[in-house]
Amino acid sequence: MSRIAGRFAELKAAGRKALVMFVTAGDPEPALTVPLLHALAESGADILEIGVPFSDPMADGPVIQRASERALARGVSLGDVLDMARAFRAKDGDTPIVLMGYANPIEAMGVDKFVAAAKAAGVDGLIVVDYPPEECGPFVELCGKANIDCIFLLAPTSTDARIREVARAGSGFVYYVSLRGVTGAGHLNADEVLARLPGIRAATRLPLAVGFGIRDAESARRISRGADAVVIASRLIQELEAVPPAQAVECARAFVKPIREALDA
Amino acid sequence: MRMHDLPDARGHFGPYGGVFVAETLTHALEELLAAYQQARRDPAFEAEFRDDLKHYVGRPSPVYHAKRWSQMLGGAQIYLKREDLNHTGAHKINNTIGQALLARRMGKRRVIAETGAGMHGVATATVAARYGMQCVVYMGLEDIRRQAQNVYRMKLLGATVMPVESGSRTLKDALNEAMRDWVTNIDSTFYILGTVAGPHPYPMMVRDFQSVIGEECKQQMPELAGRQPDAVIACVGGGSNAMGIFYPYIDSAGVRLIGVEAAGEGLETGRHAASLCAGKPGVLHGNRTYLLQDANGQILETHSVSAGLDYPGVGPEHAWLKDQGRAEYVAITDDEALKGFQDLCQLEGIIPALESAHAVAYAAKIAPSMPKDKVLLVNLSGRGDKDMQTVADRMGIKL
Repeated sequence: MSRIAGRFAELKAAGRKALVMFVTAGDPEPALTVPLLHALAESGADILEIGVPFSDPMADGPVIQRASERALARGVSLGDVLDMARAFRAKDGDTPIVLMGYANPIEAMGVDKFVAAAKAAGVDGLIVVDYPPEECGPFVELCGKANIDCIFLLAPTSTDARIREVARAGSGFVYYVSLRGVTGAGHLNADEVLARLPGIRAATRLPLAVGFGIRDAESARRISRGADAVVIASRLIQELEAVPPAQAVECARAFVKPIREALDA
Repeated sequence: MRMHDLPDARGHFGPYGGVFVAETLTHALEELLAAYQQARRDPAFEAEFRDDLKHYVGRPSPVYHAKRWSQMLGGAQIYLKREDLNHTGAHKINNTIGQALLARRMGKRRVIAETGAGMHGVATATVAARYGMQCVVYMGLEDIRRQAQNVYRMKLLGATVMPVESGSRTLKDALNEAMRDWVTNIDSTFYILGTVAGPHPYPMMVRDFQSVIGEECKQQMPELAGRQPDAVIACVGGGSNAMGIFYPYIDSAGVRLIGVEAAGEGLETGRHAASLCAGKPGVLHGNRTYLLQDANGQILETHSVSAGLDYPGVGPEHAWLKDQGRAEYVAITDDEALKGFQDLCQLEGIIPALESAHAVAYAAKIAPSMPKDKVLLVNLSGRGDKDMQTVADRMGIKL
């Protein structure tokens, strides 16, 4: 069983919902990424998503764009991101790591080389935003052989046929994008999202995560009623932007704690 | 397989093209493809498109034999396809009319576009005014500064120009931002993409709309020159004017197809925009194609005297034509393009766009060594009024 499947199984047995927390690798400073990941895991994140910086993050809103730009300005490459994952894994053997990014840096490294390096670094899952299932068959196969989960997105505009197709291609979990827009958008409608989830559940036995637009304990708690996991990204990055880098780790702990409590309440 | 059969059902030109987008865009692209395929089969759509091209754009655009210039060069005869004479001054309007008509059929009342130099933005704002649609144009902050006149032109036409402050603040970032708008407003909005790039069906659709250029040439050249050209030459940024004139000639094996990229300050300096000549394949803006990128797969900033060629990618069909050896791709520097620009001004009384001046300059490079009975057809994709400031600055003249 993959680390991701194992984590979802444990949570299910305990009647708990998963909290997935995202940071962009290298932001606010490359040296802070690994400490941030540990702080998030210690304060209640069940799965960690590490954003791989890209010059043209088409699916991301301004907050993650800025994080990406800050990381790139510090020269953070995909190779560096894998090093960070490896460093985290050396001290935490349990918390699943998912890399989220775009296809081009992976193709520039070489798909084979990347999958092998991700495996060696202890990465458990990959979300390649601009790799829909029909464009990345060989990649999914490579990941499968390496026991790395390929996680695909579903959107409010996905048709039923599309939901079945995407659910079949992926593993680990299904990531439902909760709104029409980019990451960090401010118009989440929880009732609409909750109404949409049963249709997705009917199409897949994979755990269901919801992200894009979840901002706080309240929205996380509401969405978690219908989902197995909630993903929070932009909101944490905004919090980190507001404090000096020296306080980033403490800031992350303080941010996660009430969300964890709300999910467990 | 005949070239005309491409792309395949999912938008692939061999290994290039495709639909590399986040799931949030998948449905919109499927809807667009279905609407486009239906429209293409509908004679009423075709008739409407042709009618606007004729009466609103002023097509067919003439082909002109540049006799004095050819004589001065002393070799091949050069003919110019005068897209500069179109309404709004460039080939861009062929595509925006096609897409705006499609938007109207789909019931979308709001159109958005990306623009670099502003020509596609102006062409989109123009058709939005013509069809009574709300129009938002995304433009990099850096480009807004460089192209103040076109910004004002778009505003006069009733469009809202949205400054893009992310990334390198140029065309590629404007395209990212337009895509972000589209995923957010998918129900009301049609994205009028300006070139043969982006996810399927855009490369195919824009090519089809622009093919009117080459179709006309195929009729006009025998009438004017007594035969088809030996070579067709067009500048390539994203590549829409080149695809438009190349496409009808792809199956004419005797016709060389030559795409001219921007070598900027020289390919060896790294300051250029020649993705086919100096890039390598990757994935950007929804398709696989040649890209200017660093060793880590980050997209590089481009440099060209002509803002319209300042794009780090290129249409996937060009990538495929290059690999097949069906088209040749070369690059012309800023200085060479400016020389071509001046020659055409002084010898033919035609002020070309700096983009088109790259094709002009390449024709001037090869014509002298060719026999006098050879024929070159150059796509003069736009007029140069918009470039007065740039050219004057380069020459140290204060307007």
